[in-house]
Amino acid sequence: MKTSFSPYAQTMGFEEQRDADGRLIIAMPYCDGVRGRPGFVHGGALAGLLETIAYATLSEALGEDDRPLIKPVNVTATYMRGAVEVTTYAQATIERLGKRIANIEAIAWQDDINKPVAMAQINVMLDRSGRS
Amino acid sequence: MEEFPPEFDPARLIQTMSRNGHNKLIGTRYHGHGDGWCELALPYSETLVTDTASGILASGPIFTLMDMATSLSIWLKTGTFQPQATLDLRIDYLRPARPGNTVIAHGECYHVTKSIAFIRGHAHDGDPEKPIAHVAGTYFFTASA
Repeated sequence: MKTSFSPYAQTMGFEEQRDADGRLIIAMPYCDGVRGRPGFVHGGALAGLLETIAYATLSEALGEDDRPLIKPVNVTATYMRGAVEVTTYAQATIERLGKRIANIEAIAWQDDINKPVAMAQINVMLDRSGRS
Repeated sequence: MEEFPPEFDPARLIQTMSRNGHNKLIGTRYHGHGDGWCELALPYSETLVTDTASGILASGPIFTLMDMATSLSIWLKTGTFQPQATLDLRIDYLRPARPGNTVIAHGECYHVTKSIAFIRGHAHDGDPEKPIAHVAGTYFFTASA
């Protein structure tokens, strides 16, 4: 399934990719628009990337026939390493997908997936009241 | 550590920071500051929405705005320019910002130790009594390790 990117995701220059197992990855190429302090990616840009991969992975897991409104409840981002001036990748794992709540963990890395630069725990509400 | 020059002006600092990088991309503006707190503004932009149909702002730019406001509040609390990095930041999204409205982020540093700064904050879209988000987090002083 092709993920349709939001205007925000397009503004950020996000790119959809797949790993060897076909799992969704979002890449954020380095550019001036994601830079924070000189030489490093802004923490807010990383949080935006982590949120975007979380919602995209959730949307894919729900499938074409189940399109609830995905409402963010909270996001806890943890920063582990400075993200430098190269492409950042992100992948998400859905820890639990319930009827009304989904719990998702997302990680971001650069050259080595085993050395994440940031991670986030993301809880969302699935609202089916407004859509059939 | 570097002491503030007497003429230190957070408004000018934000103007400088908003001329390039991620703050330029999302359009961060200065809104106000005081002892240990800072407020930034994010004018509404269609390039930052999460869903074209609803026009609701994505949460990413609000996260960036809160990160900036709370980060600056630490300098205003300590009166120094210690280099710092975000350790963690938690945001609770109480409700979406109304499409078209400017988002104001209020960040405050309520405690510092030798190594860690503790921050909290909130954001609203016009009425400070009706926040759209709350935030809590920690930063560490990178030169103190």
